[in-house]
This record gives sequence, structure tokens and C-alpha cells, in this order.
Amino acid sequence: MAIGGPFDTFPKLLLRNAAQFGSRPAFRHKDLGIWQTWTWAQVAEIVRAYAAGLQRLGLQPGDTIAIVGSNRPKLYWTMMAAQTLRAIPVPVYSDAVADELAYVLAHADVKFVAAQDQEQVDKILSVSDRVPHLHKIVYDEPRGLDDYDHSRLTAIHDVIEDGRSALAADAALGGQIDEFIWQGDGSDISIILYTSGTTGTSKGVMLSARRCIDAATDTTRFDRLTEDDVVFAYLPLAWVGDHYLNYAQGLVAGFCMACPESGETIEQDRREIGPTFYFAPPRGFEAMLTRVMIRMEDAAAIKRSMFNYFLGIARRHGESILTGKPVPLSGRLLYALGRLMVYEPVKNVLGLSRVRVAYTAGEAIGPDLFAFYRSIGLNLKQLYGQTEAFLYVTCQPDGEIYSDTVGPAAPNVDIRIAESGEVQFRSPGMFVGYFKDQAKTAEAMTSDGYVKTGDAGFFDEKTGHLKIIDRAKDVGRLADGTIFAPKYLENKLKFFPNIKEVVVYGDSREFVCAILNIDPAAVANWAERNNIAYGSYQELAGHPLVYDMVAKDVAAVNRSLAEEKVMASAQIRRFLILHKQLDADDGELTRTLKVRRGFVAERYAPLITALYDGSHEADISTEVTFEDGRKGVIAARVKIRDLQPVGTTEPLGKAA
Amino acid sequence: MRAPDTSEILLQVEGVSLAFGGVRALRDVSFDIRRGEIRAIIGPNGAGKTSMLNVINGFYHPNHGAITFKGRTRAQMQPYEASRGGIARTFQNVALFKGMSALDNIMAGRTLKMRRGLLWQMLRYGPALAEEIEHRHRVEEIIDFLEIEAIRKVPVARLPYGLQKRVELGRALAMEPDLLLLDEPMAGMNLEEKEDMSRFIIDVNNYYGTTIALIEHDMAVVMDLSHRVAVLDHGVKIADGTPDEVKKNQAVIDAYLGVAH
Repeated sequence: MAIGGPFDTFPKLLLRNAAQFGSRPAFRHKDLGIWQTWTWAQVAEIVRAYAAGLQRLGLQPGDTIAIVGSNRPKLYWTMMAAQTLRAIPVPVYSDAVADELAYVLAHADVKFVAAQDQEQVDKILSVSDRVPHLHKIVYDEPRGLDDYDHSRLTAIHDVIEDGRSALAADAALGGQIDEFIWQGDGSDISIILYTSGTTGTSKGVMLSARRCIDAATDTTRFDRLTEDDVVFAYLPLAWVGDHYLNYAQGLVAGFCMACPESGETIEQDRREIGPTFYFAPPRGFEAMLTRVMIRMEDAAAIKRSMFNYFLGIARRHGESILTGKPVPLSGRLLYALGRLMVYEPVKNVLGLSRVRVAYTAGEAIGPDLFAFYRSIGLNLKQLYGQTEAFLYVTCQPDGEIYSDTVGPAAPNVDIRIAESGEVQFRSPGMFVGYFKDQAKTAEAMTSDGYVKTGDAGFFDEKTGHLKIIDRAKDVGRLADGTIFAPKYLENKLKFFPNIKEVVVYGDSREFVCAILNIDPAAVANWAERNNIAYGSYQELAGHPLVYDMVAKDVAAVNRSLAEEKVMASAQIRRFLILHKQLDADDGELTRTLKVRRGFVAERYAPLITALYDGSHEADISTEVTFEDGRKGVIAARVKIRDLQPVGTTEPLGKAA
Repeated sequence: MRAPDTSEILLQVEGVSLAFGGVRALRDVSFDIRRGEIRAIIGPNGAGKTSMLNVINGFYHPNHGAITFKGRTRAQMQPYEASRGGIARTFQNVALFKGMSALDNIMAGRTLKMRRGLLWQMLRYGPALAEEIEHRHRVEEIIDFLEIEAIRKVPVARLPYGLQKRVELGRALAMEPDLLLLDEPMAGMNLEEKEDMSRFIIDVNNYYGTTIALIEHDMAVVMDLSHRVAVLDHGVKIADGTPDEVKKNQAVIDAYLGVAH
């Protein structure tokens, strides 16, 4: 599958791009208020000089160089320069705390670190005694670093200048660099991406150059990305998504990567750049929508009614128009008017006017949210992937979009569902192994060369698309043998604006119960509009009318579950609204705000007992940690509500 | 903290007295500010700190005494002369152009550096355009320095207080002053904003080498930031020295905590 042809490494692609699209933009970065542009020819020249400079500092083939910082051209060039010398870049999350950073730097045996600024340099210096091979730190922004000991510290700018003058002085050096590039082999490890470590310690996923390029070639063809496209590079460097969608696809297709001015200016910068290919996790799209909605709330009545009217039109016809299904003429005309008055201006405000292809992934996206963007004409699709696959496992082709599937297998990817329900795949971009961890590598692979994703899923009968339901290890079974996928249920519930957090229980039980947190902002707003007085979160959470409202949401989820054969028996029979919000400070959530189901079960054991023993209320008292670190105890009596399952004539469960 | 490199005196205040009718705001106050240092003036409420600052930048004229700035002694000076001479200041209660963007406010700080007249500026053509681009570049450097890229185009009235203070600092910096007067730069800020502001003050001093005189209530901030501290009480200077010396001074302790009579 030699699609990349002779260009089986990234430096070779860089040279190809310099020759083929030499005068076209390769990178943009907003600096001092102005978008600076570098063409492919310029980047090739800089990377060559940078590589020469790094070689003079002692970077050898096979060495690892960590990259810590946000999306800066110089940090992307560090990857290219390292790959030129057949060294291996290891991007690290820039918000990693010192300990996490030390672990990755030491585990990856890094000899060099490229850091963005003083903050990152400080962090690296603070752990440098734990990184035995560390030889040199290079940095992008010199501010604040003047007084530092420069024996191990050099500005990237100076490294490039040094390389440039060395190249000018010594023609042989240039030949040597070229030699490196043409000797570079597709089987070289081109990058090590450390997993975020939500499932244990982070592992270094090694990817090879040819596999990266083959995978990226497939998807650039799939979405018809060319050198005319523009991406907005704002995703973390260390995340597979950035390396794939921006870096790898950028080099393969020859399109331009635009780097934001800073983390806080992303909204404005996106508007100015107008990317044509865009990725955001569901919460990114949600935040954008919320901003629009808040501003519409403040708009004049006439504008607001126009907005609402045309959103209604979009809901009725937008999706069909986007996928090319038949739509009555009147609908088309109204939709065209809506585009002029509402949809295009909204997209313009969000910086999405020019987007041809947009993806979302990472977690389940709410059907309403997904439908909103598609109905206003944004070609938003879903993909499913992981670092071990070099991103794509499945993705939705244009015209076959469903909010609850992640699409059929991506080009040249084989997927199968194991006996246990786990999704397994073989893909062009699949990883070579975990760095320095044979045992874990073996664990992640099947004997016949498939990669185990650890996710449970099934192929939807109607669409033939893959549906991911949960982490395989979290999937259990009810006492009657029905599949119980807690996250699948929780996500369905969380899509309701009133519900903020949910934990469902049911593994080896007779039926499913849920513990809910209401969303304080949404419910408080509702209470205000309906003149419902309350003194505290606890009081609001226990209010009978709030229970009624939430019961309707849960019933709606039960109705949708009833439609799915596999899930019909996993309807929620009983629920309660917790008297306090689940909080990371109390250990109930992880720092990335994921529920720690087991811990919650232990902590609220009396409530769970009550859910299953049929009582209608239960007392609970728990220790809480206040924001200033003090501890206290709150006690409450929590009510339990029963629900009639849909599609069964059976009376309320035996327990009730 | 790094001590200033030179002991060259930038500003010398000698025997300054100031009275408003019967109220004697300052009584025979003398001190100096060395080039490159961060100099704090502290004191309880009504000690005469802001009056002192107003005397330095020519807003008030002392009844007695003399001020020597960059080797030139003068009895009277107008505020615009002070700013031309290289003294910039920020105010206790933010004094920005509320309806203008952060960028325009900071650009306003460059007014004195602009050579082209109003007509040229209105035409925005040729040399005036080139000049504006050059000034914009300096302003962008300040925006980058103060990390306020995200609010560049936001009208300052919509900004939280801490950011307004930062914009005000930016405007003062845009004048490229020799002496920067900060009147309670941390007043009304929360802890995080205070820490940010402290870092910017130190950075300004380190990076631009600007001499800074600041008035502040928050003792902890003053002791961390400044190289030397002068203490005023009821218009009289009661102590002067390094933060450690001042902390131990009995008169200072009495002035702040009160004494049993």
C-alpha cells in the first residue's frame, strides 16, 4: 500500500511540498497582532538550518527530543527538524504538572527538550535531576530567561541561525543533511505520543513514518483535502488529533496550518483565519452554541423571533438539504432566505463560514447539538479513533451522518467485534508498539494482529455503522443477561440540559437505577421563571417539581431505550437526585471530570441499598471538602422516584 | 530580587512641603529615587502618599522645597511637561477612556511620541501611516508583554477591574517613561490579580529597566516588590530604607498599629 510513493517520511514530504507548492503558505502564526506567513519553501529552508543547528548541538539519529508547549510554528518545526535527523520527537501536554512531565521525560529517555517559554523551562529545570539523559533545552520565547544559566539553554532562533551560518560555511554539511533525509526510512519511528493516562500510567505509543503517512493519505483522499485547505492548529501538540489532523495531513496534502496568537485568542483567531477543515470535541461545539444562544437572549425581540423562526426552518429542512435528500421547493426557498439572514451570519461569527469538513470525536455528542450544526449547513461528522490507530478507526462519509453512530470503518481499516463485545481493528496507521513496554504491547494486541480498543460496541443494523457504547471493562450485564453499558445510559441522560451528572448502577442487579445531579444553572433559571423559591442547592435538588421535571427526562430516555432491541431491558426503573454536586475535591470525579463510579457507589452505599430495597427515601451524611480545604459534614434525606418502564406490561419491578 | 545596577539618582526630592489651606499634606519631605530601582512610598490613610506623587508629576506645586529630575531642578512644572520629560503614571481609580478599546487606549499613550499633526493623522496617508504602523508595532509589543492579546479590541468599560489596571499600565508604558509612577496598582484586586500585577511590575523593571515609584497599601506586596521603601505618616517621612530595615523600624510599627497614649 505504497500510497505515499517515494515520500515515506515527513522530511521527504516537506521537500516535495517545497518543490511542488513552494510559494504557497505552510504556516501562519499571529504575532504582535499580525498574521505572519511562512511558505513551504521557507519552512524547508528553516527546518534544514534548524536540523543542522540541532546536529551541532549533539542530536543523533534515534535520540528523543521532547516538545513542551502550545501550537507554535517553531515547535512544529522542531518535530520536522528532529525527523530530518532521524531523531524522534515526543510532544508532551503543556499543562502537565511537573511530576507528569518528569515521568514522560524520564521514560522517553529524552536528551533534548524544546520548550515554549519560561514557564515550561522552569518546569523542566525543576525536574531535571529526574531526567538523567537531558543534555540541552531549546526554547521559543526568550522573555524572562535572560538571567538563566545558559550552559544548557539555547533559543531556537539561535539554533536556526547557527545552523544557517554553518550550512553557508560548509557545503558538505548540507549534503550530510540531505543524506539523512534520503536515508530516512518509512519504518523509522517518526513520533512517540504519550497517552493521557486516564486508564493508568501513560504509555508511549510509537508510530512509524510510513504508517502515519499512509493513514493520512487515505483520509485526505476521503475528505478531498488539498493544498488549498487551511486548518486552525489549536489542539494540544501531544494529542494524536493534532499530530494527525494538522501535522500529518498538512504535510501529506500540503495545506496551511494556522497557529493562534495565544490560548485566549482562539475565538477571534479562528474567525480571522476561517479554516476549511475543523475539529473540535463535542464540548467545544457546545461552548460555541452556548455563546450564540446567550447573545441571542440579549438581542432585540424582532431579531430573536427571526432567529428562532429560521432555526425552525433549518431543523425541518437543513439536514436533508445538506445530505442531498428531496426537499419541497418552498422549504428550499425559505432555507435559502434563512442562510442569508441567519445561518451564514452565525457561522461567520463562529469562524466556521469556510469549513468544508468538520469532525467531532472523543465523547458522545448530544443529538440536538449535532443536529443544530448540521441544520445550519455545517458538514459536521463523527469519527472514532485512538492513539494506537494513529487516530482514525471509523469515520462518517458525507451523506451518511447519524448522531448516535461513529460511522463505518475508515478506508483500509478492518474492524471486528470480539466475543466479549470489544471493538478490535487493524489499520494502516496502527502503532508499532509501546515504547519500552513489550508486555503492554502484547496485551493490547490479539494473536492475529488486531489491536484491542478496550471499547465495547456493535454495528447498527439499520445503518451498518459502528456504535460505541462504553469502555469494555465497564460494560456489565443485568441479572437477566441484558447488556448494561453505564456510560451509554448516562450520556443519554446528560444530553438533557437539566441533568448535569449521572451515575447509573445495574451490573448483576435486576434493574437499572440512577443517581442524578441537576444542573444548577439550568434548573435555577427554570425555578426563577416559575417562581419556585429555594434556599440552597440541596433544597432545589429535593424539590418535588424538580423531581417531576427530571422524571420526564428519564422517561424520555426510557422510551428511546425501548426502541433498541439490545438495550430495551436496561431502562431506568428508579432514580434519585443527589443532595450535593459530585465534586473532584471530594474524589467523586477525576480531575478531568469523569465520574468515579466505584467510589461513588461506596460513598453513597446507603442510597444504593435504598434504591434496590424499595424504600422511598433514605438518609445520608457525607464528609465534604470546602474550597478552602476545610472539611465538614452534610446530612440529607433523599427521596427516590419510581418509573414505569416503556414497552412492558410488567408492573413496577419486584423491588418497588 | 536583583538590586539596581547604578546608584545614579534619577529624582531627588528636597524639603518639600505642601499645604491645602490649613491642612499640611506634606512637611519637609526629602528622599531620592535611583535609576532602575523599584521605590515604594507607603503609609497609613491620609499620610500624603498620593500628594507626594502629584507633586512629583507636577499636578501639585509644593509651597517649599525643590525637585530635581534627571539633573534639572525646578520649583514648578506642569503635568504635560512631566510627561514630556519622561514621567508616566497610573491612577488609583482607573482613568482610561472607557468607550475606547484597550488597543486605542494604549495607542493614546504614544501621542507625545507622534510627530505628524492632526491633519496628517486624519488623512492617514504616507508618512502619517508609516508613523502609525511604527507606533502600533510598539503598542503590540506592550500588548504581548502584558499578555492582553485577547482583549485588544474590547472596549475597556467591558473589562474586569484587574484587566483595566493592566491596560492602564500598558498606556503608561507606551510613553517609554524614565520614571513610572504607580498609584496603588493593586487596590481592590483579588489575590490572583495582585500576583499577576506584581509579576508585571517586576518584569517591567527587569525587561525595560524602567524606574518605578509605587504607592501601595498592601504591605506584603511592597516588601516583596521594592528595593527601597519610604514611609510617610501625617505628611512626615518617618522611615526610609530597605524593606527589612523598614519592617523593624519602631516608628513604622507605631504608625501602622497605633501606640498606646
